[in-house]
Amino acid sequence: MASEMTDTGGAAALPQGLSGFARDWTADRQTFHVPWGKAMMWIFLLSDTFIFSLFLTSYMNVRMSTRVPWPNPSEVFALSFGGDPIPLILIAIMTFILITSSGTMALAVNYGYRGDRAKTAALMFVTAAFGATFVGMQAFEWMKLIVDEGVRPWGNPMGAAQFGSTFFMITGFHGFHVSCGVIYLAVIALKVLRGDYEASGNYEVVEIAGLYWHFVDLVWVFIFAFFYLW
Amino acid sequence: MATASEGHQQHPLAIYLWVWVLLFVLSAFSYMVDYIGLQGYLRWSLILIFMLAKAGFIIAVFMHMAWERIALIYAILGPPVLLLFAIGFFALEGDYTLLTRLDFFGETTFVPSHPGEAH
Repeated sequence: MASEMTDTGGAAALPQGLSGFARDWTADRQTFHVPWGKAMMWIFLLSDTFIFSLFLTSYMNVRMSTRVPWPNPSEVFALSFGGDPIPLILIAIMTFILITSSGTMALAVNYGYRGDRAKTAALMFVTAAFGATFVGMQAFEWMKLIVDEGVRPWGNPMGAAQFGSTFFMITGFHGFHVSCGVIYLAVIALKVLRGDYEASGNYEVVEIAGLYWHFVDLVWVFIFAFFYLW
Repeated sequence: MATASEGHQQHPLAIYLWVWVLLFVLSAFSYMVDYIGLQGYLRWSLILIFMLAKAGFIIAVFMHMAWERIALIYAILGPPVLLLFAIGFFALEGDYTLLTRLDFFGETTFVPSHPGEAH
C-alpha cells in the first residue's frame, strides 16, 4: 500500500471507472483521499442538495395540483424603470451578480493556492460584497411583493395561494444560505489576510469555502429555472 | 495539469475565465427564453438545457469535480439520482390530487388580477 501511495504521480494514476471506485471503497482504508474538511463540506452540500430538491419537488407538487391558475412570474417579477415593465429584470440582474461572485470566488481559490494572500483576501471580500448585494436585492424583491402586490404565504390576488408559500420558503432558505456564505467568506478572508495559514502554507480552507459558495450559486440556477422561468 | 492526488486543486486561470464567460452567456440565453416569450415544450426544454449546462460547468470546473477522485464523485453525484424517483412520485401524486379536486370542487371560480392591481 505504501508503494501504491508514493507512485501516484499525477491525474493519470487515479483509479478509474467502477473498479477504481470499488478499490477505493473496499480496501479497508481511507476512502476519500482529499482533505477531511473538503470531504465533510461535500457531504454537507449533499444533504443540502436533498433539502433544496425536496423544496423544489414539493413546489412542483403544489403547482401541479392546484385548480387555480399559477401567477405568471414573468409579470409578477417585472420591473419598470420609468417606461414599460421589463419582465423578470431584477431576477436576471441577481442571477448575473451571483455568477460574477462565483467567478471571483474561483479566482480567489486559485490565488490562494499560489500563496498570494492579498489577492485571495481581496477577491473573497469582493465575492462577499456581491453576495450582500444579492441579499439586498432579494430584500427589495420581497418588499415589493409583500407591500405592492399583496403576496402572502396564504394567498395573493394573482392566482394560486401556494405561490406565496413556496416563493417565501424557497427564496428565503436560499437567501439565508447566501447570508451565511457572506459571513463565512468574510471570516475566512480576514484569517487569510491576517496570515493564519502562512505557517502551514495550506490554503485549502479557501477552496472549501469556495465549494459552499459555488453551491449557493448552483442552487440559484435551479431556482431561477424552475421558479422564475417555468 | 496539476495533480489532484494530494487533494489540491490548482488549474490554469484560463479555464476559470472561459467557464465564467460561458456561464454569463448561458444565463443570458435562459433569460432570453422568457424575454422573447417562448412557450410550451420549446420553452421548457430550453430552460432545462441551459440549466443543466450551467449546473454542469459549475460542478465540474468551479467545484473541481472533474478533477476529483472517482470515489468522491460517485459518493456525491450518486445519491441525488434517487431524487428522480421522488420527483416522479410527487408528480404522479400531484396529478391525482388535481383530478380529485376537479372531481369534488369543479373548475375554479377564482378571478386573478394582474400584478400591481392589488389595491
